[in-house]
Amino acid sequence: MSTTVRTATDIRTSSIDIKDEQIDDLRRRITATRLPTKELVEDRSQGVQLATIRELARYWSEDYDFGRIEARLNAVPQFMTEIDGVEIHFIHVRSKHEDALPLIMTHGWPGSVIELLETIGPLTDPTAHGGKAEDAFHLVLPSLPGYGFSREPAELGWNVGRVAQAWAELMHRLGYSHYVAQGGDVGAAVTDIMGRQAPEGLLGIHINLLVTVLGGPQTTESNEERAAQAQLETFRQTGFGYFLEMATRPQTIGYALLDSPVALAAWLLDHDTDSYYKIARAFVDGEPVGNLTRDNILDNITLYWLTGTGASAARSYWEDGLARAQALASGQAPPEVAVPVGFTTFPGEIWQSPRSWVENSYPNVAYFNVADRGGHFAAWEEPELFSTEVRAAFRSLRSERTWGDVLVESYLED
Amino acid sequence: MTTIDTTTDIRPFTIAFSDEELDDLRRRIEMTRWPDKELVGDASQGVQVALLQEIARYWTDEYDWRKLEDKLNALPQYTTEIEGLGIHFIHVKSPHENALPLLITHGWPGSVIEMLEVIGPLSDPTAHGGDGEDAFDVVIPSLPGYGFSEAPTEVGWNAGRIAAAWAELMHRLGYTHYVAQGGDQGAGVTDALGRLAPGELLGVHFNLLSAAPRELLMASLNLRLAFSSEDREQLKKVLNVFMRGYIAEMGEHPQTVGYPFADSPIGLAAWMLDHDADSYAKISHAFLDGQVSGNLTREHVLDNITLYWLTNTATSAARLYWEGSRATAAALKDPPPHLTIPVGYTVFPDELFQAPRHWLKSAYHNLVYFNVAEKGGHFAAWEEPEIFAAEMRAGFASLRRKEGYS
Repeated sequence: MSTTVRTATDIRTSSIDIKDEQIDDLRRRITATRLPTKELVEDRSQGVQLATIRELARYWSEDYDFGRIEARLNAVPQFMTEIDGVEIHFIHVRSKHEDALPLIMTHGWPGSVIELLETIGPLTDPTAHGGKAEDAFHLVLPSLPGYGFSREPAELGWNVGRVAQAWAELMHRLGYSHYVAQGGDVGAAVTDIMGRQAPEGLLGIHINLLVTVLGGPQTTESNEERAAQAQLETFRQTGFGYFLEMATRPQTIGYALLDSPVALAAWLLDHDTDSYYKIARAFVDGEPVGNLTRDNILDNITLYWLTGTGASAARSYWEDGLARAQALASGQAPPEVAVPVGFTTFPGEIWQSPRSWVENSYPNVAYFNVADRGGHFAAWEEPELFSTEVRAAFRSLRSERTWGDVLVESYLED
Repeated sequence: MTTIDTTTDIRPFTIAFSDEELDDLRRRIEMTRWPDKELVGDASQGVQVALLQEIARYWTDEYDWRKLEDKLNALPQYTTEIEGLGIHFIHVKSPHENALPLLITHGWPGSVIEMLEVIGPLSDPTAHGGDGEDAFDVVIPSLPGYGFSEAPTEVGWNAGRIAAAWAELMHRLGYTHYVAQGGDQGAGVTDALGRLAPGELLGVHFNLLSAAPRELLMASLNLRLAFSSEDREQLKKVLNVFMRGYIAEMGEHPQTVGYPFADSPIGLAAWMLDHDADSYAKISHAFLDGQVSGNLTREHVLDNITLYWLTNTATSAARLYWEGSRATAAALKDPPPHLTIPVGYTVFPDELFQAPRHWLKSAYHNLVYFNVAEKGGHFAAWEEPEIFAAEMRAGFASLRRKEGYS
């Protein structure tokens, strides 16, 4: 009798092994960096500042512990499985609490599963982190295709819609008949589409970036709405270059992202004003905000470098740009998100979506809150606070109440 | 006692890079860590791996920078300090008396290298099938922050300020009458120079309509204006130019892309090659199947990229886009004066967009020359130096007669 392995749906345990030569090469390249002249301004308005990059490069080559990534990732259960032709890497931590709610959380760009590592404790083991057992989650943290230790697609078409389908398959493969999903940034786009695709078993979603507003004009009746609109305009006018370049020419910027560690670092740091200044403070002034420490920032950048995924991650923007253009050309509105939606606005986010915008985007808003602290990388920067939001957003899903009850309650609260 | 005014002094200039600098470049190219191939069969995801790998091979195995050094050093090159910046320029006087002085400004991702092959036909027309009365004295400066000109250390060096510096340069060279020409960023500078209208400036010639965005914006707000199908087609091309990632990124955050430019020769080459579809396709042919379009040879393309690399100026060059985006925003609120001196314009058929004649007439009220050339694209002077020189002769012929130059 022969043993057959179903390779196509096989889930294999995985661990990371980083070779000394890779580290030596990286360190050598950082040391050999040739820098441009200093920007002509005293702020971020011409891009990532030379002083920030100098100190980052110094810390990276002299003080940073290159063993951190391996140690941190291998400390959690990691797996690989092939979905739709692409090997997907994911972390899967089951809570010790049996009736924990399965949750799939998706990172974004320029992030990775590194962003989400510190939420694993609070989410899967709430009693050890000031929470209650009934708030526990079984946690699944996949790496997006082309990011980190997931393999990069070798064919076109891996837009967020296809990723969302792959995630549904992943949860199915893990045997979860009911689950919830969460995401910010690109992860918000994936999670939003999961909501629209409504795979069997998906009970609800929580997101922390309102990606729907990128599609068109929003209401600007209240002060909150006008403030958010102004933030969106600022993003479009001064924060859009990286987005446009990756959405149209990922290969062009990809060369430098593979070839120069400091170029990669600069490109990844230049995301949004709030996180840039927080990270710059961590390096230049030694004053990190929350969990956005030098080491945590460099864990993420080093992961991009070692996996050589700068170009393939950028390509995901190209795929989404194409998908958006095709959707626009088709003239057909995407299906609504029928499942309950939770949303948290973090105050340092690029645009602080008011409840009204969230309600305009989703017919079934079951949870909305404005957090005290945190920015675009909320899970990374404020893992405890972020976990509190995720618990609160999904709490009602665990109870005996129906979603109708939840909606009525939330309506009455207003 | 002799005193030299260092601030207006014009000094001869030659270039010489060390072997170590060339070795370091070669080592970096050889050590390039490559991304996987793009997922498409064309340039729709950006510069293709096959092209860049062939460029890397040619760059390290065959290319000879010293040939370019010799070529540049054989030309009369100078520097002079204007408004605190050392400005590099080539200045070739014609053997013909009464030659018309012509100031040519290059653009991004170019340099004086784009203009080297037009020097002969322009300054010495009789040796290139032209007449002595078509001769020009040629002045070709490097934009501030580009090539061998110094990089500004303060903000504000936009096209307007560069134009004022150019007027000072021509004045310092003792020219009482001259004309000016530009494409790409050079068109922006030349447009600004035309609006500044120093008394010595007789006219300008463009091969890119840099005034298009503002004028078109105003035109598109005019509901009475019915766009023809040609207008629509060209307008679409203009708008697509402004949807290019490199323009957005360099306009917003030139420092961020500066790190790739400074540290990775292949990263720099990719960014510079990704300018427009036409020149990309031509350069791609030159490297991959030996089909060279005009003067856009492998050697010339690498002369220019290597110049950016060795001078480490791509970041300061990119800053001109940042200055430009600020200046454009300011100009929308406070429009610059009209350009009233004579304007010549040549449409090159492979340019980003082919400005219809009536756009030119609407942007510039004194259009004295308009022609559509038979060949050439965005880098017209570089690609087709003879055609470009013929356009200069024709474009400025009427001004020459008027001012009694011939």
